[in-house]
Amino acid sequence: MTGAQIQLIEGLNALTAGLILLTAFGMVATRQVQGVMRFFVLQSLFLAASAFLIGFGRSSIHLLALGAITIAAKAIGIPWVLKRTLPGDLYERREINQVINIPSSLLLALLLAIAAEFLVSPLLATTQDPVVHVNLPIGLAGILIGAYSLIARREALPQMVGILAMENGAFFAGIAIASDLPLIAELAIAIDVILIAVVIGVLTRNISQTIGTTEAASMSELREEPQPWD
Amino acid sequence: MLRTVVYSLLQLLFVIGFAPLYSGVLSRFKENIQSKRGPNILQPYRDLWKLFHKDEVVSSETTWIFRFTPYLVFVIPLFVASLIPVLTDYPLAFAFMGDMLAGGFFLALAGFFAALAAADTGNPYGPMGASRTRMVGFLAEPVFMIVFFTVSFVAQSTIPYIVQQKWVASPAAFFSPAHILLLIAFLMLILAEGGKIPVDNPTGHFELAMIDESKGLEYSGRGAALMKWGGQMKFLVLTCIFLNVLLAPWGLAGDLQPGQVLLAIPLILIKILLFTVVLVVIESSLAKLRLFRISEFLGAAFIISVAAMIASIFSTSAT
Repeated sequence: MTGAQIQLIEGLNALTAGLILLTAFGMVATRQVQGVMRFFVLQSLFLAASAFLIGFGRSSIHLLALGAITIAAKAIGIPWVLKRTLPGDLYERREINQVINIPSSLLLALLLAIAAEFLVSPLLATTQDPVVHVNLPIGLAGILIGAYSLIARREALPQMVGILAMENGAFFAGIAIASDLPLIAELAIAIDVILIAVVIGVLTRNISQTIGTTEAASMSELREEPQPWD
Repeated sequence: MLRTVVYSLLQLLFVIGFAPLYSGVLSRFKENIQSKRGPNILQPYRDLWKLFHKDEVVSSETTWIFRFTPYLVFVIPLFVASLIPVLTDYPLAFAFMGDMLAGGFFLALAGFFAALAAADTGNPYGPMGASRTRMVGFLAEPVFMIVFFTVSFVAQSTIPYIVQQKWVASPAAFFSPAHILLLIAFLMLILAEGGKIPVDNPTGHFELAMIDESKGLEYSGRGAALMKWGGQMKFLVLTCIFLNVLLAPWGLAGDLQPGQVLLAIPLILIKILLFTVVLVVIESSLAKLRLFRISEFLGAAFIISVAAMIASIFSTSAT
């Protein structure tokens, strides 16, 4: 491969990195459950694009397979599974009152992104690979912002998307440092993620059927229902 | 030297001449995408012609500010246009008169006087619109600053021409995460400053919901024409900054040949046409935000621009 081609691939990879950071901010900023889901699908597509680019650049079949698995599992599989398991009205919900309002959430997300840059900068001193320089800080920022939305969201579905976004961030950082992860591990993770989606989906559905809401914040008390055998 | 002065004037004529066309094409496309026929793309020119031939009525209660403002609003975008690359990618005669911050301050001056003039009339809707525009303005200001500082940090200069050459020269800077974040932040800024849909509805005729339009309600005749034309030119200038300096510095004239510069005009128009399609899609697919959600919209733009700054600082310190 010529130098110009390599540079182009690195450039396009950096572009997907910027877009992944943007979608992470988008997930924090959106009120609608449907919107959060859309940003997640977009982020997964960018992650797959980055895996394809790096896989192509390093001629690594594992990364190409990883990209395909990401598209199949996260961009198609998870939204489909959730559509099937969750009642439809969950998607139309919005969070009216957040724990922390959206501008402050965005500021916190920004601080997390800055922290991620600071934290990885000593690690980056050990390598000259521009792909690592781009992917590692933004992947870590993705993990932290995902964890933040897991904490700060009230609705069950955005919380779950927070977990999945953390996973996306970890993958994004991971494909840059370990390009030869065995395929079996990747497949296992992909199936795991879909299983997580199924479990959380079914759980959320049961919760919403039993008590009519999925606001996690209002579920702070234990209450004993009278059982038939009492 | 003489040539660069001539090209500078040509650049100003380009901005004066094509600004109404740009807004005409924009409103035509917008109606088309909503399955309506829409006005002729030359309609803004006819509006201006009509307004210039009407009598002007000025309230006796107003001061000199009211009369002075339309000229200022008309002239300021031209100042800014002479600072930025509109047709050529090498600096023209007035390019070093001021940097990007000067351009920002010029636009802020025009906005300031427009707000004063709106408050000057005593029309109840004027001051309301003026205060709302100021609200959008002061929320947009930090984004402007951060975008400019980031761009000049990467390019090591605040002169738009040099910034634009920096993006052309190095694909690494062009594709960097900082660049895409900056573009999104600046696009959100253009939507806010130009009074476009998520922030303001430019075609709305309901005074209580107006932000940008209500400032010009009291003007008639020549004053109204100049205010309108000035607003269109400001939007064209902002678009030129976005397209020529930040997004796609291609299609500009590369040398002093007159043919090259003339060829640049259709190329730039094509570029603006493509951008118009994007704008129309944005405007037709989003709803107008409630007034107090605007702070969230511009807050998001601010966050994105700061993220761009951080990303660019860390990526340059690493290499």
